Order: sequence, then structure tokens, then C-alpha cells
Amino acid sequence: MKKKASVLVSALLVGALIVTGCGTKTATPTATTGSNASGDVIKIGVFEPMTGANAAGGALEVDGIKLANKLYPEVNGKKVELVLVDNKSDKVEAASAASRLVEKEKVSAIIGSWGSSLSMAAGDIVKKAQVPAVAASATNPLVTKNNDFYFRVCFIDPFQGKVMANYAFNNLKAKKVAIVQEVSNDYSIGLAKFFTDSFKQLTGDNDAIVGVANYNTGDQDFSAQLTNLKAKNPDVIFAPGNFTESSLIIKQARQLGIKAPFIGGDTWEVPEFIEVGKEAVEGATFSTFFTSEKPITPESEKFLAEFRKANPGVEPAAVTALGYDAYITILDAIKRANSADPVKIKEQLAKTKDFPGAAGMITLDENGDAVKDAVIKQVKNGKFAFMDIIKAK
Amino acid sequence: MEFSTFLQHLANGISLGSLYALVAIGYTMVYGTLRLINFAHGDIFMMTTYFAFYGVTTFMLPWYLSFVLAIILTMALGVVLEAGAYRPLRDAPKISIMISAIGASFLLENLATVLFGGRPKAFPTVKALTDSIQIGSVSIQKLTFAIPIVTLVFLFGLLFLIHRTKTGMAMRAVAKDYETAGIMGVNVNQTISKTFAIGSMLAAVGALMWGLKFPQIVPLMGIMPGLKAFIAAVIGGIGNIKGAMIGGFILGIGEIMIVAFAPSLSGYRDAFAFIFLIVILLFKPTGLTGEKIAEKV
Repeated sequence: MKKKASVLVSALLVGALIVTGCGTKTATPTATTGSNASGDVIKIGVFEPMTGANAAGGALEVDGIKLANKLYPEVNGKKVELVLVDNKSDKVEAASAASRLVEKEKVSAIIGSWGSSLSMAAGDIVKKAQVPAVAASATNPLVTKNNDFYFRVCFIDPFQGKVMANYAFNNLKAKKVAIVQEVSNDYSIGLAKFFTDSFKQLTGDNDAIVGVANYNTGDQDFSAQLTNLKAKNPDVIFAPGNFTESSLIIKQARQLGIKAPFIGGDTWEVPEFIEVGKEAVEGATFSTFFTSEKPITPESEKFLAEFRKANPGVEPAAVTALGYDAYITILDAIKRANSADPVKIKEQLAKTKDFPGAAGMITLDENGDAVKDAVIKQVKNGKFAFMDIIKAK
Repeated sequence: MEFSTFLQHLANGISLGSLYALVAIGYTMVYGTLRLINFAHGDIFMMTTYFAFYGVTTFMLPWYLSFVLAIILTMALGVVLEAGAYRPLRDAPKISIMISAIGASFLLENLATVLFGGRPKAFPTVKALTDSIQIGSVSIQKLTFAIPIVTLVFLFGLLFLIHRTKTGMAMRAVAKDYETAGIMGVNVNQTISKTFAIGSMLAAVGALMWGLKFPQIVPLMGIMPGLKAFIAAVIGGIGNIKGAMIGGFILGIGEIMIVAFAPSLSGYRDAFAFIFLIVILLFKPTGLTGEKIAEKV
């Protein structure tokens, strides 16, 4: 009896070990390109989720970075080498991936990561090591706040939240909105908050948000949360979060007979969102950074032509364009600094002004954030369709 | 809360609970025979969904054929795993075999990541099962009826196998004391292989139902269902098949009700499962079904 109990307890401990063990495996580089480190090579580190919940988003971003590296393989007469590290969609892994890049690989700059939480996990590390990092699509304001070494080539969530609140209020004529948020994801929490503030202001109604449902990364069953929201009868449901959970949420909502339209953020623009959600995600609407239907700069056209040549029949995702932009922005800063020294690169990055990127002109403000227009897209006939461009003021 | 909302929650809970139960039965069965907590159970579960996925997408098989094939392949995988990772350690201390199980689990997870990639794939949907029907204001997926029925069929099938057949008698003998059973003429290796085949079959059927209900598959998807099934098995009294079933339902319905009645806690429903496990281990370490471990398969 006692022995059996002890077997169970030890089993429990081992079980706990498995759970935590997954989160603390040391990072290993999944791919390196180019030759070994020497004086005529500049290393740029890339830390992106290649496995785990955000893998699809990370892969799309890496596509853009690699394409840019193929088109612009040299700067100041030196070869640029990408050092790609998988951060496994995990905050702890992201921190160790960034440490590895600055300490072991001695990179001059870092690109990444898809996911604000993952970027924020690396924030202190790049700041302490004084190596500049450029996030492609991390939109939470806290990524660059109080961190001179973190930059980004995309807009931030206060703007995105406002855009979607306006869309719900003006286009969908919503009065009552319910929110479904991922509590362990800084991106989701932040966007939900900015949306809530804007929407309350627009309606002038403090009770305009009729319900908030929480879930965790990796959850698969949302039936209980959605059943609660159904009883509140919202006009629209705002559900910012990973495409992974979001497509399941929308699917389950439809199965429960919830008819309200779903709106969300830029993370939804991943093919898997439609593949998993199928007809359930028809009509889902979100804000994003870029559309291949409206090339903005000559660089956009170059990017589109090269991307289509490399991937016949596929249109690039917004984060692919942003990954591309993060790379060429860093390259431009290295060119102007005329040095591979991280601190000098950082100084030039901060001065980036009217630089033409694939996803629009890039001017970094005092926080290191790009100010850009938002694009509204909707799932139509199993494809992401362009709807509108919302100007940044 | 309105009554119809409550009924909807109850339907959701039964649907989730029966899924946990189905996976937990396989878990507990292997434990009952071998005294081995097969940590790779959840990863075997994950492999099934990929077998079915490739059957439908790459080999263009109709879904039922692909599902049957996936079940057969999973059973083979379970048997191979036992022969490769557990059999050589059968006489070693219990902790060695448990470490080997963890190793097998990591091996399967990483193998799947290498083979299938880290990006999620859409599990093939079967319209006949995944559609919803409306009863009053309660909306129920047809799967919600199918899963408990499948679970019950397997439960009774398994109870019949164990208590009414020669193979079952051999399994019970091996569970009691495999060395003596071997001396008495029971083919121990074969019996344990059969146990693993059946345990893996239950994981496979559970995985297919899971895939239909949550149609998104990734290499790490087996971890949570595996842990939940383990918790369900412990709640019911690990080693006891009826107990695993009861544990699965308690866990599934409990999880849904926690969210239903305390929506602000909905981000912590997994924590609820683990807290429940700790409470059970503290106050009734043998589970709900018995004073002692009631029966060993």
C-alpha cells in the first residue's frame, strides 16, 4: 500500500519533470549558412520559432529573411552569414537562444522573433550584451519600451487595437463585443486591452465589452468559455491570439451555434489558419501589415517578383515581407555604420528614416517602432482577401 | 446561469470526459499488467493522428480505411516500442524502465518533429461525425454521442477480454507475478505484447476521436492528453479499467464546470487537473475505486 503510493508519487514527479523538461532543453542551432566565422564575414543572428505553437509564423518570417539574404548576400564587401536558432515558441528557450547568439556566435545584430512574448524574453539579454535586435512582426509596445537595443519594422498594438475597434464599430455596427484572449501571451493581452479602451471610447459605453474569456497557449478545448460567451449574445467577438488556437476557437464557436463575426489581429495570416478552420473561418477579419495586391515601394515589387519566382503559385504573407524588411534595414544600418560593431550598428538603426522596405517606408520613431499603415484582410473563399488600408496618423 | 446553458456545458463535459476516459483506459491497462507507467502513451497517441493524416492526404485513402490502417500501424508501433525499450529492462529496477519510457517519449516527439515538421497540420474532417445537431437551444456535435458510445464499447470489450478469455487470464496471471506465470506455462512476452497492442489500439482510437474533435495536429500534441489520461487513471485508481473510465469523466466534466462557474479561472483549467491529482494522491492514493488497488486488469 505504502509502496504503491510511493510509486505513484515518484511517477508524478517524473511527470512534472517531463513537463518542465520540455521547456528547458538547451537551444541548438538548426541551420547555419555560409562559412566559418572570420574577419570577412558579418554574422546576423535569427531567433525564430521553428517548432511549437508558433512554428508556422516563424517559418513564414524566416522565408523572408532568407530571401533577403539571397538577394543581398554582402555588405561593405563582407559576406553576411545568417545564424538561425529555433526558440521553440517558448519564452525560456527564446532567452537562451538569444544568449547563445550574442555569447557564442558573437553576432553583430539579431532578427526576431515572431511573437511579442518571445521577443520580450530576449529584451534584457540584447540590452545587456549591447547587440541590436530588430523584430519583424512583434507588435506589443513593451518589446521596444525602455530598450535602446530593440527595434521593429512593424506598427504597434495600440494602433492595431484602434483599427479593429473602429472596424467593429463603423463597419460591423457592433454595440456589444466579447473578447477571447490568450492569458499567457503578451501580444494577445495587450491587443485585447487596446481594443477594449478604443471600443469603450467609441461607443461611450463602459459596458460595451460584455464578456471576456481566457485560455492558455496549447489549449484545444474552448467549448466551456464559448458557451459562457454565447449566453451573453455579443454582436462581434474579438479574439487576438495565435492562429493555432484561434482557428480551433472559431470552429468550435460555429459548432456551438455562435453566429457573431470573429475579428482578430495580424497573427491570423498564416495558411494553417484556413487549412484548420476551413469553412468555419470564412468571414474572419483581421488587421495586418502588408498585402501583395498593393505594392507600395519599388522594393515591394522586387520582393514580390523574387518571392513569386521562388514560390510559384504562392502569395507572400505579411510577416514574410517584414522578415525581409528586418534584414535589409539591418544591412542598411551596417552600410551606414561602415562597421560590424553592434553598438555602431545600433546607432545607425535608430536613425533609420524613409527607408524603402517591402512592406512600406520605414521610419523608426524615438522608441524604435516603425509607423505604418494597417491593412484589413478577410478570409474569402478559402483565401486571404484584401479589404482596406487604414492610414497611420 | 440558464438551464440550457448548463445543459450545453454538461454536453461539452461529457464529450471531453469520454475522450479522456478512452485514452486513460489504455494507460491504466498497461500499468495494470506491467506496473509500468508508459509515458510514451501520449506520443503513440500523436503518431496515430499523423498516420491517419498521411493516409488521407498522401495516399488518398478514404477516411475509414485510413483510420483502420492508422490503428493497425499504431498497434505495431506499441509492440515494437515494448520490445525495444521495455523488454530488455524488465528485470531491471522499476526506475530504469520508467526512464526508458521517458526516453521513448522524447524520441517519438523529436522523430515526429523531424519527419513531419513543426508546423501544425489540419486533421482530415469527417462531415458525418463533426457536424452539429441542434436540440432545443443546445448545439451538440455528433461526435459528442459517438465518443461515449465508442468508449463504452471498448470498456465492455476489454472487460470481456480480461475476465472471459484465455488471453485475459494470461494477462491477469502476468499482472500478478510474471515470473511465476512464466513457470506455469504462460508465454509472458507474447502476453505483454498483446497488452501493448491493445493499449496502443485504445490510444489510437482515442487519438482519432481527438483529431476529429480538435482537427489540428502537431508533434507535441500528445503531451497534454497523455498527462490528462494519466491523471484520470490515478483519480480512478490506476490499474483499474472501470476506474479509469470514471476518472476520465470526472476530469472532463470537472474541467468544463470550473470554467462554466468561475470564468475568470478559465486560463488555469490545467492547473485544476493537477491540483485534483495532488489532492487525490494525498487523501486517497489508490484512487476513488477502492481501498486497495481493486483489481489488476
